[in-house]
Amino acid sequence: MVSFLMRRVMHSLMILFFVSIIGFIVMQLPPGDFLTVRVAELEAAGNPMAGEQIEFLRARYGLEQPVVVQYYLWITNFVRGDFGISFQHRRPVTSLIGARLLLTVIVTVSTMVFTWVVGVPIGIYSAIHKNTFVDHVVTVIGFLGLSIPNFLLALVFLVINVIVLGQSPGGLFSPEFRDAPWSVMRTWDLMKHLWVPVVVIGTAGTAGIIRIMRANLLDVLRFQYVQTARAKGLLESRVIFKHAVRNAIHPLIMHLGMSFPQIVSGGAIVAIVLNLPTIGPLYLNALQQQDMFLAGSILMILVILLIVGNLIADVLLALADPRIRFE
Amino acid sequence: MKEKPDFADHKSLTPRQRAWRRFLSNRLTLVGLIILLIFYVSFVIFPEFVAPYGLTERHRGFSYAPPQLPRFVDDEGQFHLRPFVYRMTSEINPATFQTEWTYDTEEKYPIRFLVSGSDYKLWGLFPANVRLFGVEEGQLFLFGTDNQGRDMLSRMIYASRISLSVGLVGVFLSIVLGAVLGTISGYYGGMVDNVIQRIIETLMAFPQIPLWMALAAAVPPEFSPIAIYFAITVILSLVTWGGLARGVRSKVLSYRENEYTQAAHAMGAKDRHIIFVHLLPNAMSHILVMATLAIPNMIIGETMLSFLGIGIRPPMTSWGVLMEEAQNVRVLLEHPWVVIPVSFVILSILAFNFIGDGLRDAADPYS
Repeated sequence: MVSFLMRRVMHSLMILFFVSIIGFIVMQLPPGDFLTVRVAELEAAGNPMAGEQIEFLRARYGLEQPVVVQYYLWITNFVRGDFGISFQHRRPVTSLIGARLLLTVIVTVSTMVFTWVVGVPIGIYSAIHKNTFVDHVVTVIGFLGLSIPNFLLALVFLVINVIVLGQSPGGLFSPEFRDAPWSVMRTWDLMKHLWVPVVVIGTAGTAGIIRIMRANLLDVLRFQYVQTARAKGLLESRVIFKHAVRNAIHPLIMHLGMSFPQIVSGGAIVAIVLNLPTIGPLYLNALQQQDMFLAGSILMILVILLIVGNLIADVLLALADPRIRFE
Repeated sequence: MKEKPDFADHKSLTPRQRAWRRFLSNRLTLVGLIILLIFYVSFVIFPEFVAPYGLTERHRGFSYAPPQLPRFVDDEGQFHLRPFVYRMTSEINPATFQTEWTYDTEEKYPIRFLVSGSDYKLWGLFPANVRLFGVEEGQLFLFGTDNQGRDMLSRMIYASRISLSVGLVGVFLSIVLGAVLGTISGYYGGMVDNVIQRIIETLMAFPQIPLWMALAAAVPPEFSPIAIYFAITVILSLVTWGGLARGVRSKVLSYRENEYTQAAHAMGAKDRHIIFVHLLPNAMSHILVMATLAIPNMIIGETMLSFLGIGIRPPMTSWGVLMEEAQNVRVLLEHPWVVIPVSFVILSILAFNFIGDGLRDAADPYS
């Protein structure tokens, strides 16, 4: 198990290295360079302190040095937790991302839990009651859920909310808690608002899980050991939950690694439509303003989030299936 | 006399014919095919003829007019075989300063086929003014109008040309990239395979939408609309070819070990011959299924990027551009019909998914 884990971690680190190169290229893509503009601004201002500041910027970001040196400076600082400065907000990127990152993780993890808690039981029910009316309804809803892009779903939610309640559902907090420090009341307030984005982001994932769970369970129910279990006179519930579901759930764990990027992607875009205080809107804004240290850092953090998620999925899979551990 | 067995019903079918029958016997697939046929033929090829008005044709005094329902029964309870709409008049409510629309039941505009409307040039070549349907006098806004008094339905039809073709062109690029690199990777193996696989893994480590956003935001705003269109298409396929390449690679890997490939090898066939005669034709059905299922993804991508204002930009119009207005809660509250373009997006995605599922079942010889 340990060697398996080590191999996975090494592999992830290698991918992360490649990703950081692409991330750096993306940061360099926009034509205008914020740093040079900033240096020119400082020079033009003729401030006596300007010289020192320019020197600092030059040394910190390796201006006028080869791209490789700039990359080296960026990545070593990144690893140390210094993500650079947001030129639009004139603040370190870390201070901008911090609070939003926590909320992003909360929304992502809640969505993940939601898709499983809702998807697995419905999938099981649908498989056991195959070809009944409920099963057909579930199948149709599942298909729709997979087909409707979640930012459109967010839009539809917005319209319904606006027409029915006459107000915008935007945000994760009521106005009085928006800037308040964390407290029990604020957490409770968050809980009350969380369900909208969780449902919107999680619909596609839930539909996917229902589909996979149903198909897997139907496959497993055909196996002879299930028949044997029934022939022994076991309770039907025991046959299904102890013998069949256990084996049918294993491909779902594999699916975990695939559904996680969807949720992170979907979360970013839904957050923009619903105006949530997560990383999504900050990212779009940074891209539009070409605030590339902020945008690049967010992109990197999202990838790290994904890689960690995938590692967890791998470990879970290895725990569930010994064949993978000893591969 | 012994009756001759009737072989007419048992004609032996080639695998392709059987696959084709399986494909057409799926009802959902047929629904999808019909939807896409309508979309592509009438909206992508003949939008000028099908849309009642031009893309930028403004109707003065009809800013944010609500959708009109075609009626068969007038307010006196009389039935008309030919549908009609009432004249709409607007008036500003002095208390709320909001525009209020009322129907003038005195004046009826019958809806006719093949009416002459504003002038246009079919495919930019042939001048014409015949429209599939419309009213001869007055206005017909089946889906309402936008802030500049432009007919939403017409704009949606013109936008379809952009949105639906982005999917096709993008998937074509993805297939070329994915099939070429996937085949090379699977067939030659070794170092090349290693490099290509690491590239794909790196690409797939990124969450798709944020990576799309980052690349789209880097498209210089001074590009011409056509250049932006192609840049967006290239971006959409650059991020998504990895999955296709992986699929092709795994297929090629398994076919490479088959007896017929080995036999071809033993008889001295060249790599090119083996790849194009033995490997790719076999992988074709798989590629087709994956491509069909990838198109909706591209359509969603384009719509989303344009919706966020970093994709296709006006004056070029796509579904996402039309929905950009729908982001504004105030606009939504007062003019909810600005979300109607969503219906086209969802319909086309559903249709592609139906067809993709049908293709997958049909291509599976064991079903």
